[in-house]
Order: sequence, then C-alpha cells, then structure tokens
Amino acid sequence: MAVVPPPSRQRNQGIMAKVGHIVMVPLDWLEERSGIVGGTKYFLFRKVPSDVNWFQTLGSATLTAFLVQLGTGVVLAMYYKPTPDHAYESIRNITHDVTLGWLVRGMHRWGASVFIILLFLHMGRVFLFGAYKYPRELNWIVGVLILPLALLMGFTGYLLPWDQTAYWATVVGINLNGTGPFVGPFLSQFLRGGDEIGANTLTIFYALHMLLLPGALIALITLHLYLVVRLGVVSPPWSEEEAGRERPEPAPTGDGGLLRPRARGGRPRSE
Amino acid sequence: MIITVIFGFLWARDVMAPDREAAPEPEPEAPAADDGPEQEKYPRNVFLELTTLALGGVITGVVALPVLGFAVLPAFEKLELEPADLGPLDLYPENEWRESTFLLDPGSGEVSRRTAFVRSNGDVDGMPNMTILSNRCVHLGCPVQAGGPREDERAETVETETEGGELTVTPVQPANFSCPCHGGAYDLEGNRIAGPPVRALDRYTFEISGGNLKLLLPYSVGEVEGEGADATIIAYQQQGPGEHVDGLSAFLYPIQPKDLEY
Repeated sequence: MAVVPPPSRQRNQGIMAKVGHIVMVPLDWLEERSGIVGGTKYFLFRKVPSDVNWFQTLGSATLTAFLVQLGTGVVLAMYYKPTPDHAYESIRNITHDVTLGWLVRGMHRWGASVFIILLFLHMGRVFLFGAYKYPRELNWIVGVLILPLALLMGFTGYLLPWDQTAYWATVVGINLNGTGPFVGPFLSQFLRGGDEIGANTLTIFYALHMLLLPGALIALITLHLYLVVRLGVVSPPWSEEEAGRERPEPAPTGDGGLLRPRARGGRPRSE
Repeated sequence: MIITVIFGFLWARDVMAPDREAAPEPEPEAPAADDGPEQEKYPRNVFLELTTLALGGVITGVVALPVLGFAVLPAFEKLELEPADLGPLDLYPENEWRESTFLLDPGSGEVSRRTAFVRSNGDVDGMPNMTILSNRCVHLGCPVQAGGPREDERAETVETETEGGELTVTPVQPANFSCPCHGGAYDLEGNRIAGPPVRALDRYTFEISGGNLKLLLPYSVGEVEGEGADATIIAYQQQGPGEHVDGLSAFLYPIQPKDLEY
C-alpha cells in the first residue's frame, strides 16, 4: 500500500523541488568547471570519531576569534591614523564619535585577549588529548609557529592607541627584546625604527600589525587547516574505539542534500 | 643608468650562470652504468632549467634586496640632534637637585620629551661641575622618580632658544631615585641600591654655551665612586636598558647600533 503524503506536503515538495532546481543549476555549473562543490563537501562533511568531545571545538573557536579580529581590524583601519599627532585622537574619535565605533573597537580589543586565551586552551586540549602524536606532529609544529605570531600581534597592536599605557608598555617590551644576547640591541633598534621611539616606531608597528603578521598568520592557519582535513580528528584518550578501525559506510538516506548534485549521477565525488 | 647596470649585471650573470651551475651535475656518472647512444653530457633541458632558475634567482634578488634594505637600514642611520637646551645656569643653584623636563628633538614633538635630574656641584678649576642623570631606568627604560619632596609650586617653565623647545625645571629633594615599574632603586650618584637594574643610571655630557646649560651625548655608567665633584665615574658608550656594561655579561652585547651625534 503506497504511502501518499497529504496535499500540503505535496505542494511543499513541489516548491522545494523548484527552489532546489534554482540553487542546483548554478552550483552544478560551478562544480562542473571548478570542482568547488565537491571540494567544499570534502572540507566540511568529514568523518569524525563517534565519541568526539566538546573540547575539540576549541580549535574552531580560536579560528572564529581570529576571523572576528580580521573583520573588526579591517573596519578599524578605515578610521585609524598611524601618526603620533593623530593616533590618539583617531582612537578617541572611533570610541566616541563614529557610529558603533565603541563596539567594533571593543570587539577588537577584547577579542584579542579571547583569541590568545582560546589559543592556549586549544593548545592544552591538543596536548592533553595526545593529539600531537604521529601522524600529526607537523600540525603541532605549525600551531607552535602560530602562537608567537599571535603574541606579536598583541604586542604590536598594543602600541597603536598611542596613550601612556601603550607608550610605556612598548618601551619596556622593546627594551626586553634589547636585552637578548648579541642581536638584542639590533632587534630593538629595528623595532624602534631608530635610536628613539617616535613616528617610525608607530608606523613600523602598524605595518607589522596590519600586513606582515596577519599575512603570515593566514598562511599558517591555512596550512594548519589543510593538515587537519588531511589527517582527520583524533579520538579522545578515553575512547573505547579501536584505533584505525574501518567504520561501515553510513546507510544512504536517499536524500541528495543541497550540496550533493544529482546531475553527475548522484554518486559521491570520491567514487 | 641604474637600469643599464642592472641589465648588464643580468646579462653577465646569464652568460656565466650555466658554466658555474652545471659543474656539479651528476651526468658524468650516468654513462658508466648505461652507455646509451642518446646520453648527452650537458643536455639542453638541464641547461635551460638551470639558466631559468639562476635568472629567476637574480631577478628575485634584484627586487628583494633593495626592499629589505629599505625596510631595515633606515633604523640604523645616525641620528643628528641639536644639543637640548636646559636653560640658564642660574636655574641650578649649587648642591640642589632640579628635575628638568625638555624636548630632546623639538621637531618630533611630545614623544621626545625627556627628563634629567640635574645637580650643580659648584665650580671646579673655574669650570661649572654638574651631575646630570638620565631618568631612564637602566632595567627596562621606565621613568625613574625622585624619592623625596617635590616643589611643583616653585617649578619654572622656560622658553628655550631652540625652535619649539620647552623646558620645565622643578626643585626636588630626593633621598634616592626609584622606578615605579619593577622596583629598581638608585642612590644620588645613580648607583644601583636595589632591584633589577644592571648598572648605574645613565648620565649626560654637557656644555655651557651663552650662559645656558646644554646636553650633549648620553653615556652609560658602570659604577660611581665618591660623590659630586669628587666622583670617579666609570663611563661606557651608551647602551640600551638592561644591558650589562661590565663583568662577564657585557660580552653578550659586543656591538652597539646606537649612534647619536651632535
């Protein structure tokens, strides 16, 4: 006996089919020429162990915090002026005059701390889960390279408000670098952009904070994610599952889903 | 002119590169194992590959070196300053401390504001003798404070001769100098008495011109023996805060990039 959906469901299915068609046609066009849909599926719909833990979302949380820093930072750069005469005034302007400037600056300022805290929590999770072990050592190394870059982001960003706190914190920070053996004096001379802290220091820190460090961070995070996707997610240490066990394919649901184009025969890309 | 030099260099490099780079090729080993008829000693594809690599390397270098130099070298240029004017000598009565706040480089504004603690030790052989301590803590560069009464109501603000220069002279009666950041403390000659500093406070050389006290090069001090006009100062070229000037640790900082001139 055939099961027939009620008329309202039938109508809905008709509309859904139309909407699906409207979405699928351009996606299919893209997929045929770039493989981007399959690539996105490969990136997003990965198999993970059945007993993953909430702690394993800390990496994504760190990434989100970084993306917030990127977004708010770009907007702040539209209003900030990196010169000794205007830096403090432009920060004051952002905080008090520009619409919602206080919010965006606050997000960037507090988000910086959130980013660093999440970074350390994520690192701790990886360490305690033993997720740095073979074959993921390289990803640990990449993460360890990301950490000092993130701290440098904090150090360079701290000077930009150009107030007393920023100035003296940077004096102390640069002089700390200066006490390093042999290269220390040269490092601090480069960071100051001369013999004394001044306009050059501010623009050097601005360029590092805006261009060099974010570029390096984006590159390393991309590499980090590539390795995560390639090597997969690790089970928690208390997992009952046998390591490396092949899991049975999940039973097909018969539903194509938004990102599974049927136009190519409805087969998964990997087949 | 520059373009000619660059392209001349490129051409010379291009001509010379294959000879130089092709030498360590492992090709000669090949015939021993398999003496095929098509085996060439210096195949064309290897030549082209190496030439392309060499030329690419040269072009990258030509572009990257000036950029790197531009990024790094300006920080190491000699900084030339006018001597900072600390006002007429009668602002500094004998054996009293004054806290003088001045602009090291009036052109760069407030950020070059510096403070020195000045004490006149009277005349020695007809020349004024001054103790001028920099207020930069030699631990990590925070501003050292005078530990003692401070007479702000007697402070004098003087217009200096240098354009845009501004000077404030405040009488202080320090018992010592101490740093608010990490608790470094110094006696009145600048010797460390407590906390993390690695040497005595930096001092300034000075000159008297037109009846005004003018600051010249700062210098670092290992230790001061004696007091006031009788002090023996063990002086070194100025170094950054936190860097040892004497003892074994001084070997960690063999070369100083700092280069001030008046």
